[in-house]
Amino acid sequence: MLKALNLKNINKSYGLIKALDNINLTASDGEFFSLLGPSGSGKTTCLKVIAGFEAPDSGIVSIFEEDVTNIPPFKRHVNTVFQDYALFPHMNVRQNVGYSLKVQKIKGSSMDRKIDEILEIVNLTGYDLRKPSELSGGQRQRVALARSLINKPKILLLDEPLGALDLKLREKMQVELKNIQRQFKITFIYVTHDQQEALSMSDRIAVFNNGKIEQIDTPANIYSKPINSFVADFIGTTSIFDKDSAMKLFDLDKAFSVRPENVVILETKEDLATINKQQYYITNGTVTDCQFQGSHLKVTYLIDDKCKLRVFKSLEGNINQKYDINTKHTIAWRKSDITTLNE
Amino acid sequence: MNNLLDSFSNFSYRNKNFIFLSFLIVPLLWLGIVYLGSLLIFLGHSFFHLDGFTGQIVYEFSFKTLIELFSSPANIDILIRTVALAACVTIGSAIIGFPIAYYMAKFTSPKVKIFLFIAIMLPLWSSYLVRVYSWKLILAKEGIINWFFEKLNLEWLLDTILSTPVIGGPSLSISYIGMFLVFTYIWLPFMILPIQASLERVPNSLINASHDLGANKRQTFYKIILPLALPGIIAGSIFTFSLTLGDYIIPYIIGTSKFFIGQAVYTHQGTAGNIPLAAAFSLVPIVVMVVYIYIAKRMGAFNAL
Repeated sequence: MLKALNLKNINKSYGLIKALDNINLTASDGEFFSLLGPSGSGKTTCLKVIAGFEAPDSGIVSIFEEDVTNIPPFKRHVNTVFQDYALFPHMNVRQNVGYSLKVQKIKGSSMDRKIDEILEIVNLTGYDLRKPSELSGGQRQRVALARSLINKPKILLLDEPLGALDLKLREKMQVELKNIQRQFKITFIYVTHDQQEALSMSDRIAVFNNGKIEQIDTPANIYSKPINSFVADFIGTTSIFDKDSAMKLFDLDKAFSVRPENVVILETKEDLATINKQQYYITNGTVTDCQFQGSHLKVTYLIDDKCKLRVFKSLEGNINQKYDINTKHTIAWRKSDITTLNE
Repeated sequence: MNNLLDSFSNFSYRNKNFIFLSFLIVPLLWLGIVYLGSLLIFLGHSFFHLDGFTGQIVYEFSFKTLIELFSSPANIDILIRTVALAACVTIGSAIIGFPIAYYMAKFTSPKVKIFLFIAIMLPLWSSYLVRVYSWKLILAKEGIINWFFEKLNLEWLLDTILSTPVIGGPSLSISYIGMFLVFTYIWLPFMILPIQASLERVPNSLINASHDLGANKRQTFYKIILPLALPGIIAGSIFTFSLTLGDYIIPYIIGTSKFFIGQAVYTHQGTAGNIPLAAAFSLVPIVVMVVYIYIAKRMGAFNAL
């Protein structure tokens, strides 16, 4: 696999704040690579370093094996979709999209053809003469996308591109972005704080926290084998048992996490009899909260007066089912379904 | 009584225009009658004329005064001289003011920015006359600029500059160069502040986006920063241009014996008592400004607003 992007030992500080702390990552050609983390975790700074807007204090940025650390952004073959779209307010859609061609002095029919082509791909044909201020949020997003794609960059950087859109539009754009990425066969570096978005779209994810990368892996592995409690907690819904509770309740010498969909609620003695006690951890909990979520119930239990456990209880068959607060249940999950965590 | 107040408050809440109007009536009357009214009456005088024998104003509508204004070569000289100087001062202020405004808007910390704001505003807090007279001393033959050139053995350079026809003169303090320097100094804050405000509104992400799309610094400046700052530059130039067109103190203190519009107005309506001609002269800056703003608008200067 060709290395599209390689960051080696990247450090960047703003005063006393370490924004990037020894970042190493590699993205292959054509990969959809997400930088995921809470706000202030360094993912956007990392994107700026890749684009060239910020110079790292130390480390090497390579794009297709070429060291670009000291090359200004206008000479790098990467393009960015900005969080606020950064459309030029004094230019119409056509001028915005054709900007990079114009600065390259590409003119005439070849410019027109390229602009028409890309506007068709992002479904903006006919909007040529509108100003950005006359467009909706979703349309601006498409202009920003078209503008950065028109040059067929080797790598496209996207800084929370869907953050400002409403849920329905966001889901639609997720599908479209993925299609465009397949169609253009270019590497996407996608910054987001939305773990659902990262899980559903990415080939691989780098989880950022406090300027460091905690884990780089495929969405499935990040979800099922989080490396530590931060990743486990940040990705999806999970319940974490710390070392002391794990020892006291289950005789385990390490902290662990368990996903809510893996927990079963054993309401009756008959239920309890159906499971193999060798393969399950079994404990008792008190219901502290029960929320209807459409396809399932989200039940929160308190175990041993200090551990919170979240359970997804499928509502197949009985949509009106619910649990009263303070009900006591026996709950269990397979020993193989837990993820042990390094603190 | 309480009931009356109550229903009045209800009425005024439901009828927002009533409240607006009651607040606006005084400023509107002031603007309409005292300000625009007197201005129009004064300008209206340009359609009257002075009787050549009696020296009395003839209150009859005619274009005699305007024809007199534009048919006399001396008057045309005054108009051209003033407009040319105002244009030079405007361009000079823009060239000096833009980098300062750009630095303030994009590169300073908030503390330095406040310091620069005060530094730019500070001269405006002192008397205009004092500042102009100080410049008279600075520019005089015995002044610091001359002294500086002497010390550097560059007197010949200054003399060459001063011997340039039209813009030169016996010393900097009696030349168009001197006037240009003083005007540029006096009006510079009015150019910097609007440009700074317009640049402040340009998000850095636009500049980043331009670089990202392959535009180098020069292209980014001409295609993004300058067009977006243009409304500010035009606003600033309206100040510097119109203020220079109307000023008569600097030409009086610094200038040569040749008249500018402001001096012409001053002389005609004062000693000569020729109010119609003074009014006709004052009409010129207004017409020039209207034409200027119209051209700026046609060229798309306000498209980025």
